[in-house]
Amino acid sequence: MIQAADDPLLIAGRSYQSRLIIGSGKYRDFEQNRAALEASGAEILTVAIRRVNLGQQSGEPSLLDVISPERYTILPNTAGCYNAEDAVRTCKMARELLNGHRLVKLEVLGDRKTLFPNVTETLKAARTLVADGFDVMVYTSDDPLVAKELEEIGCVSVMPLGAPIGSGLGIRNPYNIRMILENATTPIIVDAGVGTASDASIAMELGCAGVLMNTAIAEARHPVLMASAMNKAVAAGREAFLAGRMPRRLYASASSPAAGTFFPPL
Amino acid sequence: MELTVNGETRQLTQPLSVAQLVAELGMAERRIALELNGEILPRSEFGQTLLAGGDTLEIVQAIGGG
Repeated sequence: MIQAADDPLLIAGRSYQSRLIIGSGKYRDFEQNRAALEASGAEILTVAIRRVNLGQQSGEPSLLDVISPERYTILPNTAGCYNAEDAVRTCKMARELLNGHRLVKLEVLGDRKTLFPNVTETLKAARTLVADGFDVMVYTSDDPLVAKELEEIGCVSVMPLGAPIGSGLGIRNPYNIRMILENATTPIIVDAGVGTASDASIAMELGCAGVLMNTAIAEARHPVLMASAMNKAVAAGREAFLAGRMPRRLYASASSPAAGTFFPPL
Repeated sequence: MELTVNGETRQLTQPLSVAQLVAELGMAERRIALELNGEILPRSEFGQTLLAGGDTLEIVQAIGGG
């Protein structure tokens, strides 16, 4: 039998048992974030890079004091960047912050209302970062041609959106995701749009290598419980994909044999 | 001598190294990254790098985000 232990997610030469990647934004506090991370089973956590607060007490803990970079793979994210230059600067800061860590999530946004990616700037930043030795996981639109181009540039994972960031609308265009998957040679991870557990399962059943989410967990009424649900949903969707679903039929197909009834057949 | 640190103007009354400024800000033990005039300054160079008037510093950390 195919089991999760024989089926790791491979990204930039590292293998992960969990195919769920979660964000660290919007939690009530670090403790809730830590508990959700634990319940999610995720081994990769995204973080944002921001200015330190100069008035901050030096004894105040920071996120990475609570969530250990030794135990989890920290995935610094360029969220908030609207051009390639800012995204590249952010990645360089992150690399310095995390002692030479090369894995980054590239996200160059187009506007504040949709948070759709600015694809032109994303491609530009991806080229610069790959040339500079970064392992780039890239957030992009669900356009199969752009996804292919990002792969050809050398990104280690291409991460199309399922729906706008934080919208919780689910996988709005499964057919595009399927086209992306058909041509893929790197892990395709749905990043953004998942609202609840079934959305994550749908992404995995399509054949995605993983799912990245933040708001679906952090904004649930009970984030830790939702994290646990997502853990199972991603695993279940993966198993269903590997198992291979039955074909869809328009009409019924009886599960009990028609022969051998003790009453006259119809 | 005037510096810009994370967008705020600060006056320095005496010459300081980056390491001294970072310590003064209470950040010596924290996991931070620093850009001096748009270029990353590795932590190993904080001690030997002296600040000059007009320098612009950005000091960042990892925080919660998607």
